[in-house]
Order: sequence, then structure tokens, then C-alpha cells
Amino acid sequence: MVEAHSTGNGVAAPKDARNSRAITGICDRFGNDPHRMLDILRAVQDRFRWISPTAMETIAEATGLTRIAVEGVASFYSFLSLEPKGAITIRLCDDIVDRFAGLDDVVKSFEDELGIKLGTTSVDGRFSLEYTPCIGMCDQAPAAMINDIVVTRLTKEKARSIARALQSEARPQDLISPQFDALSPYERVTMAVDSNIKHAGEVLLGPVPRDAGLEKASVLQPEQIVAEVEASGLRGCGGAGFTTGAKWRLAAAEADTDRFVFCNADEGEPGTFKDRVLLTERADLLIEGMTIAARAVGASEGLIYLRGEYVYLQEHLESVLTERRTRGVLGTDIMGKAGFDFDIRVQMGAGAYICGEEGALISSCEGLPGEPKTRPPYPVNRGYLGHPTVVNNVETFCHAARILDRGDEWFHAIGTKGSHGTKLFSVSGDCLNPGVYELPYGLSVAELLRMVSGEDAAAVLVGGPSGTMISRDSFQRKLTFDDLATGGAIIVFSGKRNILEIVEYYMSFFVHESCGYCTPCRVGNVFLQKAIQKFRKGNADSSDIDYLRDLSATIIETSRCGLGVTSPNPILSTLENFPLVYSAVSKKSEDGMKATFDIQSAIEEARGIAKRRSYIFDRDYGK
Amino acid sequence: MSEPRKARIATTSLAGCFGCHMAILDIDERLIELLKLVDIDRSPLTDIKRFTQRCDIGIIEGGCCNEENVHVLRDFRRNCDVLIALGQCAIMGGLPAMRNAIMHSDDPLRECLEEAYISGPYLRNTTHNIPNDPALPLMLDKVYSCADVVEIDYQIPGCAPSGDVIYSALSRLLAGKFHGFDRETIRFD
Repeated sequence: MVEAHSTGNGVAAPKDARNSRAITGICDRFGNDPHRMLDILRAVQDRFRWISPTAMETIAEATGLTRIAVEGVASFYSFLSLEPKGAITIRLCDDIVDRFAGLDDVVKSFEDELGIKLGTTSVDGRFSLEYTPCIGMCDQAPAAMINDIVVTRLTKEKARSIARALQSEARPQDLISPQFDALSPYERVTMAVDSNIKHAGEVLLGPVPRDAGLEKASVLQPEQIVAEVEASGLRGCGGAGFTTGAKWRLAAAEADTDRFVFCNADEGEPGTFKDRVLLTERADLLIEGMTIAARAVGASEGLIYLRGEYVYLQEHLESVLTERRTRGVLGTDIMGKAGFDFDIRVQMGAGAYICGEEGALISSCEGLPGEPKTRPPYPVNRGYLGHPTVVNNVETFCHAARILDRGDEWFHAIGTKGSHGTKLFSVSGDCLNPGVYELPYGLSVAELLRMVSGEDAAAVLVGGPSGTMISRDSFQRKLTFDDLATGGAIIVFSGKRNILEIVEYYMSFFVHESCGYCTPCRVGNVFLQKAIQKFRKGNADSSDIDYLRDLSATIIETSRCGLGVTSPNPILSTLENFPLVYSAVSKKSEDGMKATFDIQSAIEEARGIAKRRSYIFDRDYGK
Repeated sequence: MSEPRKARIATTSLAGCFGCHMAILDIDERLIELLKLVDIDRSPLTDIKRFTQRCDIGIIEGGCCNEENVHVLRDFRRNCDVLIALGQCAIMGGLPAMRNAIMHSDDPLRECLEEAYISGPYLRNTTHNIPNDPALPLMLDKVYSCADVVEIDYQIPGCAPSGDVIYSALSRLLAGKFHGFDRETIRFD
């Protein structure tokens, strides 16, 4: 139910009072706890379709914060809105893969049918239409979120019929299935989104016995668990590759009564969607892994930070949690072991890429804007609310559960030296078989391209925009931590794609997702994007290549967190691997005159204002 | 034995305030020493409007805000062996480039002129027109630094650069010993 926002005049007063009661009710539901600010704001956004100034005041009063603190959080997340949004908000995924898959036609269909332009809300307040960065559906692009529902494989016809259905009062859920309400949470998820498992490996996506790892862990001492995970060689699967066992050991060694185990399910790196598949198909295994980690480090509370774009998975995860509690493998006295207590709640994000950075993720869970924290101290020493916190990726926890079941030697034997076990690759772009592939570490890019039928690739982006863009002559490189590290994203581009268009898109992504805390990242990425535009317009010369390198080096050296340290990568790796692309479009000066300066376009605007031609540069002046 | 050939220098002020030319005069009595080494060709100092012959050094004050600036600057590039950008306006557009901040408009130049001549709150413009005499050169869409338009060989920073800095740069350049400034000389405070 959506309520119109009042204009503050006397007539609306009873409604104001009712709204305000509803908001205090929401705050009450979250114990008026300022640490639950993100949940409170999400609930208010869901109900009223925006966070009004009055709402912020009411929330501030209930939680004991200032209004400006509430606004700081509300204005940070892109799924929270400070202006009224339509009852149905359609967010079209604006990733480069979606663009290449025909996003423009889809946008046009929605605009035509709904009668509104992208980025606007209809006058009657029924619809909003906007772009959002990668929603993790690159294997079935173009895709969109319609409120909390995801629709994929859009075409211009499909978009039209969706828009028409919504206009004739269909609920977003009805788009998935007319019997949506009768489906189980798992069915609701899989009816909407294909898991697209194209190759199951022996660790995660093959047959997995239920809770076998937890059974073994429950009879081990915590330090034995840590030792086993350490011996397996497991490294974090989110991208950075920190040794998991070492992380757990550090957290366990802290002298504190409270410890936390957090799962980072905020996979926001464009082109990554392997956690989506694990959360759908291996939710039990993930929670099992988290429970094992909790035993290893001595935590009794855990949290799954689920990115806002994956809200359609929330109900499914909750149902798995509930089912595990009734089975006695989550909650108190797990597996009948007195004192083995651990429970998990799902924390929803609200559309902020930066929250995949562990410090920002913790800030977000604390009810703050999702800004990274100054390191050290590291989260394993002082994380959530100042307590030691283990933050691991979804895939990492799943691996840990399997290691406890099958043993460290089994896991260690898979893969290559330094990169043990299997890795999930989410492959998308110009290939015949996009989807998720579970493969041992050490495969070459060329081998992977053969599996996905993407042999005519001209460029492959390994690890998403913060990873490396490689060209044909590097396809023999190996997918390992020591050569081409990746959190899982493999995006394939054929020879007909424009490398600079891709680079500019990814820079615009980083501009959008910079949290704004530090200047090098907030401002520097804007300058980098502008410099790339200069190349695309043909206004660049060789000094602009030096400028790109200098500025990138400054941003990398002076940024506060990983976002700024990796954001120049699309530029640096293409300068390195596609130098001809840049030199082909840079112009050389002739006789000391810059070829990049175009007097005709520089005076065009003035010609129109003065309504005359140039006596210097128009030969026909006066004629 | 004949006197060594004197170097020919030309100067101009584009979109600048003539402050840099004033700063040239701040060289003071050392100008007499300098003038033993150089002849001044085209320059506001001599009021010579066209190059009389090829010059060794061209000194540019100001960036490019209109088509005439571009025309003059290109003329200097064609007629001078070495071009020096003198002062911040020549180097990066300087104060006039403040109008480049109007960037989120479809028609930034018009927006700028309208505020300057029609809608600004502190104006008294009884004609309510934007000046448009046919003799006025067309303005550029934004203010460009000299290096955006032609190759520049040396920069002398400052707003305006001090007479000392200009003198030191010119005399070392004439002696073939100019390799830029050390940090101490050109730091801000």
C-alpha cells in the first residue's frame, strides 16, 4: 500500500498523524536501534516510496539521532530516495553487457508504454523508471528489477508486455507466475532467475551431503578447525584472496567476549553473479560454513549482508534459516552440543557497490553510511561495533564447509600451488554459453573460452572492472591468484566491441559508486572519465596518455580504500594490453598547431548567439 | 668584428589583464641590460601590430577566449622559434576560465553572457542587449589554455610572475641555460 505524501496543509493533518504512527511503528519493530537504521529506512522507503523530511525527523526522534545523521544514511544508498518514487519502480540494469544485449530497445519500450522518460516518475505516482548499475544478471541480460522482483532476458516485446501488464494492475510478482503466492520461496527465486550452472565441479556445485562438514566440526576443537582450513590453502573468494585460516586465527586470538561472523553477499563487481547461484542453490552449505566459522572463532552471532539487488533472495534465505533452526543445526545447542550457539540474520543492503568492501559493509551494518573504515585496525581485530569480526565471501564459507567434510588434503590437492581448490567463474558477454562454471584453479583463459564457446573473443575482462582486461596474446595466462586473480567475473568481448566505450562505461560506474569520502577517488575518477571521453571524441594527443598514467598513479597511491586503488584498472590494463587502440585515436600536432583543437566547433555556439559568421575563420564571411 | 646578433622578441596579451606585461616592466633598470641583448618586434610595448620578421622568442600572456586570440596565437607559433606561456592565464586559462565552470548547461556561453549583460542582479544595462558589434570577435565555447591550441615550449608561472622570475628566465634562456625553475623560486608562499 502506497500513501501519497502530504503537502503539510491542515486538511492532511490526520493523515500526517497516521503516517507518523506508521513510522514510529517501524522504528519500534527494530527496537528503535540506530544500528538498524538501514532496515528502518528500507521499511519506510517500501511503504511510502520515499524518505520524506518529516519521516527523517520522526525516525531521528525515535532512534535518538539527529535528523542530519538520518539524512546522511538516507542520502547515501541509491535504493533510498529523498524524492517520491512511483508505487512501482522499474530499475533497468545499465551494465555494459546489458547495453550490448539490446538495453536501448528495452528502455524505449518502457518509455513508450509508460509514457515517462528514463529517470522520471509518472505524474500519477504509479511508475518510476531508472537505471541501476549491474544487478548480477549478466548471464541473462538485459535484466531489470521491478520493485523486489527481478525480470531477465528482456526484449523490446517482452518489455512492452510487462509494462502493459503492470498498467492493468498486475502486481510485479504476477510477472513471474500467476500462481506466485502458492510457490515455495525457492520456486519463486528459480522461476524468476535461472541459475545457469554450466559446469559443476566436485567441491561446490556437484552433489553435496547435508551438514557433513558441520557434523565433523562439532566434535573438533575450535583451533583444530582453524588448522584444517589453514592447511587446505583456502583463500578468500571475493577477490582479494586473503588466507581464510589466517583470518579466522586472528579473530579467534583477540581477547573479547563478543565475536561476529559476517557473510559478504554484496557481490557488486559488474559481471559477477556466482554468489547469486550459491545463495540460490547452496544456501544450506553457506550457512553450514558460517556455523563452522562461528565455532572456530567463538562467535554466537552472524549476519548475511545481502546486496539490495538480491532482495528477491531474502525470503528464500530466511526460509532456509528457519528450517535449519527447526532441524537444530542453527540457534542454540547446535547438533545437540550444549553451548554451541550461533544464529544468523539477513541484513539487506540498499544499492551501494562500496558496501562490498569489508569496512564499508560493517559501517552499513552499524546503521551508518557505507563508508570504509580507516585500517588498521582490521575487522578481525576491531570490526562490527568494535568487536572482532570475520567477513568472508559466500563462496569462501561454502568451501570451508566442504573442507571440513572431505579434509584439507583433498582440497589442497585440487588446483595449483598457491591457488587451491575450485573457483566459480561467472562468464558473460559475447559467448554462446554464459553462466557459472566451477573449475579448478590453474585453467588458462583460452581453455575457459573454449568451454563457454567464446573463441572469437578479442578481449576478456578478468575480475570485472577492478580486474584486468587482456587481449588475444594473453589468453594463455592462467586463472590463479598469482597470474590473473579474479573474484569470479569473466566478461567476454568480441572484436566488434569498442574498447574505449567499455572503458568509459566502467569509469562512469566507479564515478557513480565512489562513496565520496576521499578526494582522489571522488574527483580523480571523474577526471579519468573525462579524459577517456576526450579520446573517444578524437580530441586527445600523446600527452593525454601521460595524463591518464599520472592521474591513475595518484589515485591509486592516495585513495583511502580498495575502490580507488582499483578504479583506474580499466584504463591501466587497456593502456598496457591495447596500446594501439589509444594511439590510433590520438592526434599528432602539425607545425606546432594542436590537431586536437577544433576552432570550428569552438565558435559554433557563438555563431548562433551573434547570428553572424566569423570574419577570420569563415571564408564566405560577408558573402 | 661584428656585434653578436640580437635576439628578436615578440609579445602579446590574449585573454589576460595586461598584468603580466606590467610585470615585464617590473624588471626595472635591468631592462637596460636586457635590451642590449634583444630587439622587440611585434608587441604592445612597441605598438608594432604585425611581425616584421621571424622572431626567436614569443611571449604570450593570457589564454584563448575568442577567435581572435586563437588567430594571434597561431600567428605567433608560425613566426616564433620558441613560445613562452607567461602567467597563469596563458598556462591554464586563469581567471577568465572561471566561465568554464558553467558546464551543466546546454548552452553555457549564452548562459554566461546573459548573466553578465542581462540577468545579473548588479547590472545596469539600459539596452538589455548582449554586445554584438560586427567588429567584436566571436567568443569560444570555453576558455582554452595556450597549450590546448598550440605547442608551448616554456611556462613562467605566477599571477603575475614577479619581475625577478621573468628576468631570470629570459636572461638564462638567452644564454642557452634555461632548464626550468627550482621549486624554491616559484613556490606560492
